[in-house]
Amino acid sequence: MRRLLYAIPTLIGISIITFLIAHLSPGDPIRLYTFGDPNVRPADIERIRESLGLNKPLPIQYLDWVSRIVRGDFGSSIIYPGQSAAGLIVARMPASLQLAVVALVMSLVIGVPLGVLAALNRGKWIDQVVRVFGTVFQAVPAFWLGLILIIVFAVQLRVLPSQGMLTIGKDQWDLADRLKHILMPSFVLAVGGIALYSRIMRTETLEVIGQDYIRTARAKGLMEKTVIIVHAIRNALIPMVTALGGLLAGLISGALITEQVFTWPGVGQFTFQAAIAKDYPVVMAGVMISSVLLVASYLLRDVMYAFIDPRVKVS
Amino acid sequence: MATVAATRTPAVPVVERRTYAGLWSDAWWRIRRDKVTIAAAIVLFVLIALSLGADLFAEHVFRMKFEQQDLLGTYAAPTTQPLAYLLGSDEIGRSQVVRLLYGGRVSLAVGFLAGLVTLTIGVTVGLIAGYFRGRVDDLITWFITTLNSIPTIYLLIIFAGLFSPSPQTLIFVLGILIWPGVANFVRGQTFALREREFVTAARTVGATPARIMGKHILPNVMPLVIILAAIDIGVIILIESALSYLGLGITPPTPSWGNMLTNAAAYFVRAWWLVVSPGVMIFLTVLALYLLGDGLRDALDPRLKGTH
Repeated sequence: MRRLLYAIPTLIGISIITFLIAHLSPGDPIRLYTFGDPNVRPADIERIRESLGLNKPLPIQYLDWVSRIVRGDFGSSIIYPGQSAAGLIVARMPASLQLAVVALVMSLVIGVPLGVLAALNRGKWIDQVVRVFGTVFQAVPAFWLGLILIIVFAVQLRVLPSQGMLTIGKDQWDLADRLKHILMPSFVLAVGGIALYSRIMRTETLEVIGQDYIRTARAKGLMEKTVIIVHAIRNALIPMVTALGGLLAGLISGALITEQVFTWPGVGQFTFQAAIAKDYPVVMAGVMISSVLLVASYLLRDVMYAFIDPRVKVS
Repeated sequence: MATVAATRTPAVPVVERRTYAGLWSDAWWRIRRDKVTIAAAIVLFVLIALSLGADLFAEHVFRMKFEQQDLLGTYAAPTTQPLAYLLGSDEIGRSQVVRLLYGGRVSLAVGFLAGLVTLTIGVTVGLIAGYFRGRVDDLITWFITTLNSIPTIYLLIIFAGLFSPSPQTLIFVLGILIWPGVANFVRGQTFALREREFVTAARTVGATPARIMGKHILPNVMPLVIILAAIDIGVIILIESALSYLGLGITPPTPSWGNMLTNAAAYFVRAWWLVVSPGVMIFLTVLALYLLGDGLRDALDPRLKGTH
């Protein structure tokens, strides 16, 4: 529970930074209402300023803003008048979550076995290949990998669609169609995770294999398969939970670029478009909501860690 | 110190026996044995030389300026006739290879300069947090946690989207966002070092905190910090290329490896090779930096091998 309290100062910090950036950014918000019309009287400008609360001192403005965002009110979008900024972002969340979950599963399902395989074949060619891929995957620009995949699979081979979540006009529960659409973007998003997980898993498996209890397990005559799966891998997985934090940060951050490359209608793509259009309320909602998600996933990681490893007490 | 401490995961168990000859000399001795690191250093050196010599190559080898267009020669496939189209030409007939050279100049400059900013801020903040501890440390830790909790790319997008930064501002902003990693490392090291005898000794004879940090602690953390920075430069180059690709980083007509891909969608069918080359350049640079960083770290502190 105390973990939750620790998150509060972080959230306050995030809100201050977001508020300051929006406040310091050039461009007078009044202009967005008057469209720079020279016929608008100074008295009217003053009235707008007052109605927006811009005449108050900065700390008061901040507190006003925070008290509103706590209630989920980020103001209404400038580009889509009348629609709440938070509502627009939340509407894009299912798409982003889908992508993130599939990418996370991919990183685990591909990364973990690769790491174990490399560790069990230490020094042999499998190990070398896995290690080379681990480094290569970390150095390859994700957006470029996405472009190359599009050229190969969408333009040349024409087997996978290059954008969107589903084919327009098709039944929206057509799972095969959805799977085809999510394959490339989720792989691009997962590449960093695969690299990270195979590297960590390799190190951890090697570490665990050298432990006494593995020798004991072997000594009492267990099958090698049982030793590896039940004793070695299970214990090697524990530190992986710690790495989850960085991975989730990467998933949330990287999603913005991946979504843009594949025109995936998620939070990242929408926030990016809003930033280009200088739609401040939507941008701030996008940043705040994704940051809160990140803080929440850090919390989740800490709780999971304590749950899996009894030596750690959540304090 | 005569025997190199056993590594956690040696690929091949090695027992090196050699008398200790100083940090740098020992490190150099190990690096010379590490072919991968040597290769990475050479690749990086060649890339830097190519982009520094961009003017010379453009004038004497390819005979084409980076902004020079040729509307009759658009989307040319890679050819040696003329040599300027060695890697093809883009939608307005500009030489891809020449633009890559100049793009490298921008990408590398942004990477190294932003790396310098990262290093400066990270080391200073880390030293202060680790040395003074208490309230100061709490405040700095809070700030770092906050910064780490906002997805980096979102922060950059709002910055770049709302301010349309110049390359100089971009360098600064990138540097400001990446420093927590370095700061955390320096902070941890300082925590340990400040309890050592030589620091106590310095304090006893009346050295000021600034002097202790600068003269006694800094030299002990610097070697590994520089290596962290090498890896950070790779990260910065990756981020810069993504930003420029999105149209928020380095903006045309200045070529950067990232913004050469902004129009990639238009190349998909007509000229796929235009998509390949900038990406390969980014990839090679970042890979070289990572490998060099890894290699140097292993050389300077073999105990850390395989822990990253």
